[in-house]
Amino acid sequence: MSDDPIVQMTGIRKDFTGVRALDGVDFTLRPGEIHAVMGENGAGKSTLIKVLTGVHTPDAGDILLDGKPVRFHSPGAAQAAGISTVYQEVNLTDNLSVAENLFAGREPRLGPFINFRAMRRKAKALLDDIGIDLNVAAPLSSYSIAMQQLVAISRAVDIEAKVLILDEPTSSLDRDEVEVLLGVMRRLAEKGTAMVFISHFLDQVYEICDRMTVLRNGTLVGEWATADLPQNELIGHMLGREAAALEQIERAAAAHHVADEEPLVKAQGLGRKGSIAPYDLDVRRGEVVGLAGLLGSGRTETVRLIAGADRADSGSLTFDGQSARGHNPRTAAARGIAFCPENRKTEGLVGDLTVAENMILALQASRGWARSIPVARRDKLVASFIEKLDIRPANPDMPVKNLSGGNQQKVLLARWMLIQPKLLILDEPTRGIDVGAKADIQRLVAELSAEGMAVLFVSAELDEVTRLSDRIAVLRDRELVAVLESEADMTTERIVDTIVSGGRAS
Amino acid sequence: MNAYAKRLMWPVLILVALIAVNIITTGIDFIVPSVNDDRLGGAFVNILRRSAPLLLIALGMTLVIATKGIDLSVGAVYAIGAAIACQMIIDSSDQTAAGLVFSAIAIALVVTAVIGAWNGVMVAYFGIQPIVATLILMIAGRGIAQLITGGQIPKVQDASPFTELGRGAFLTVPIPIWIAALVLVALALLTRRTALGMLLESVGGNPEASRLAGIRSKGITVLVYLVCGLCAGLAGLIGAANLGSADANNGGQWIELDAILAVVIGGTALLGGRFFLLGTTIGVVIIGTLEDTIINVGLSSQWQFTAKAIVVFVVALLQSPEFRGWFLKPFKRKPAAPATAPAEEAVAK
Ligand SMILES: Nc1ncnc2c1ncn2[C@@H]1O[C@H](COP(=O)(O)OP(=O)(O)OP(=O)(O)O)[C@@H](O)[C@H]1O
Ligand SMILES: [Mg+2]
Repeated sequence: MSDDPIVQMTGIRKDFTGVRALDGVDFTLRPGEIHAVMGENGAGKSTLIKVLTGVHTPDAGDILLDGKPVRFHSPGAAQAAGISTVYQEVNLTDNLSVAENLFAGREPRLGPFINFRAMRRKAKALLDDIGIDLNVAAPLSSYSIAMQQLVAISRAVDIEAKVLILDEPTSSLDRDEVEVLLGVMRRLAEKGTAMVFISHFLDQVYEICDRMTVLRNGTLVGEWATADLPQNELIGHMLGREAAALEQIERAAAAHHVADEEPLVKAQGLGRKGSIAPYDLDVRRGEVVGLAGLLGSGRTETVRLIAGADRADSGSLTFDGQSARGHNPRTAAARGIAFCPENRKTEGLVGDLTVAENMILALQASRGWARSIPVARRDKLVASFIEKLDIRPANPDMPVKNLSGGNQQKVLLARWMLIQPKLLILDEPTRGIDVGAKADIQRLVAELSAEGMAVLFVSAELDEVTRLSDRIAVLRDRELVAVLESEADMTTERIVDTIVSGGRAS
Repeated sequence: MNAYAKRLMWPVLILVALIAVNIITTGIDFIVPSVNDDRLGGAFVNILRRSAPLLLIALGMTLVIATKGIDLSVGAVYAIGAAIACQMIIDSSDQTAAGLVFSAIAIALVVTAVIGAWNGVMVAYFGIQPIVATLILMIAGRGIAQLITGGQIPKVQDASPFTELGRGAFLTVPIPIWIAALVLVALALLTRRTALGMLLESVGGNPEASRLAGIRSKGITVLVYLVCGLCAGLAGLIGAANLGSADANNGGQWIELDAILAVVIGGTALLGGRFFLLGTTIGVVIIGTLEDTIINVGLSSQWQFTAKAIVVFVVALLQSPEFRGWFLKPFKRKPAAPATAPAEEAVAK
């Protein structure tokens, strides 16, 4: 392993209209190292990556690859030069099959034709080697985002890149899959592949990275060896304030709801074939019910039935004393059910519309097209939520697709808080959100429930679920196997036990 | 410069260039309206008058395209609208009766609106792809128009007030220009004063996210196709009134393609989402002006299609950020040293 850097970026500057996303940033990547790029939402991490891979052209600065100056004009060119990237927003073609996605652009051929059989065989072998089990002939869209991420990563691995860039690859993976991924990364590092790793999970970063580069507001804070930078100092560098500001959320032992009160949501035998087995679940006002389980265990499917996003084919659902079976997203919203879906890009935001428009979408939809929200009221609402959720940049007229991932999530949250729902369903709301913002969102959930809002909270992070929830529904294999109620049961260990035993023990 | 102004910039520049070419070749009279018999005339006013039917159709098309759809049936609906009105008028004993003309117009408009709504129902409720759903009527519509006219070309007497719709003037301005302008204003108000425009853009920009946000996308889709059908019917009436007849086979032929062209020139993407009614209007005037320009610069009229294609090509290129970056690079200032560019620094902050 030589110490000559494989990638060296110096003085990188990138301006977008009205925003300086990067300002004089240096970045050095050495062969065989795993290098974290850290920073708050909107710090410029993704932009730095995109400048390197030719998605964006820098306005100033130099890039050396293997000591030679380069400037890629397209991601394809970067890939040809040995830089493989998994972007934050998955960008595979999802109506193609898994195998086709893995080999797009380099399909095994038989004369002029694609050799589909060989392609499927190679795909299977590749995924087996990495340790994921998928039907390679199925369309990629039939798998969860997490699986789609893993497919994207596998593709990058197979190309045998010199440099592999992973922008928040783990944000939608569960524990086991994260282990698989980190394992793959270690193996690649031993082979000499240099990796850039972006993640808001500090544990993962400390577990796997050799060095880190910290950005704040588009400027370079510094570069450290992981061993030299304790976690609280890192947070201080990222946020520019003391880590102590991020005090933990303590649930005021959920005494604010009366146990015998009629539940707000009452699902009985609610289910949908092929998606989630019939389940019973109650949610009371002012209560946070967490949903825990492995990826693909049916957490999302469970909440989608209550949200009206999917139609239930069995059982009954009562909301606020009325039957709500067979409702759809519109009638659900009218009843006061808000649903933030997990995949904000495809199911949540309308990229071309502005931040303000995206925020008021649900409120406007509930009023119908004819009764437009008065401009003054709209501006006030939008401004207040931009401030409340600390959305950056605080520009309501910016197309939402230009926001960083974490800020997009906040816009989606604002959309639903605007309709003042009785039930707020959050599917992975803290995915891709920095430590500061994550604490903000958790605090918000605690606040809202204290004001009497019922919350259904899905998260892959078990400590987040245990910290916030009054009760926890545990899912396994598309079945709700147990609801943990007592304080003593609501620990990460108990959840894991329940998942493993399938709720039978105890 | 805001997003709208930016989108409009290139089409406006192209239009100005075209007008300049015409002024150079035929003199300033090209643009300055003349007044004879108390009505405005002159080359440019005539272009606007002639373009009115295309503008009506292109405006409806803009809304449809904003929802990620397309309406290929507008030419056929144009023919149906023209056929219904003309046939009703020639079937009556007194073609000059105002009541008759009004009811003929009203019935034609109702029928074309229903046809448009049918397209919308097929797209929104039956889930048929817009291009297929409207292709059905594109083919069948002309047959329906022929059935209405019995295979003939009904000719309305010049004395019938119906012809005023195409030939008349009000306050010196030709009636077709009035109608087109009123529809433009009405649609602009309908979409931008209410939330319809934003919801349309949302449905076109991301249908699934819109559904989950609780937007009634089906109702909105039907409404938009209805408006598009209505606009096409109105365009047919103006066209027929101008000619004094309804030709089921040739009336409004290829107008759907010109309309799509105008929408694209005007900056609305065929992928749906953001739409620009004003851009479409400029696109229509560009297409109309182009036809005159070809004659005025001395090319034979066979050049028409080629010239149109070239203009579309140029506009499409200018609207592509990739091309603009490449094309304008040699003209861009080199990144200036901070000391010499304080203004730039200030903007970035
Ligand atoms: N195409 C664009 N146009 C305008 N501004 C942009 C564009 N892309 C990014 N930005 C802005 O640049 C800044 C940096 O964004 P970037 O996506 O790099 O953040 P990030 O560090 O990856 O954040 P996150 O953790 O939320 O993903 C943000 O203020 C963002 O709004
Ligand atoms: Mg990012």
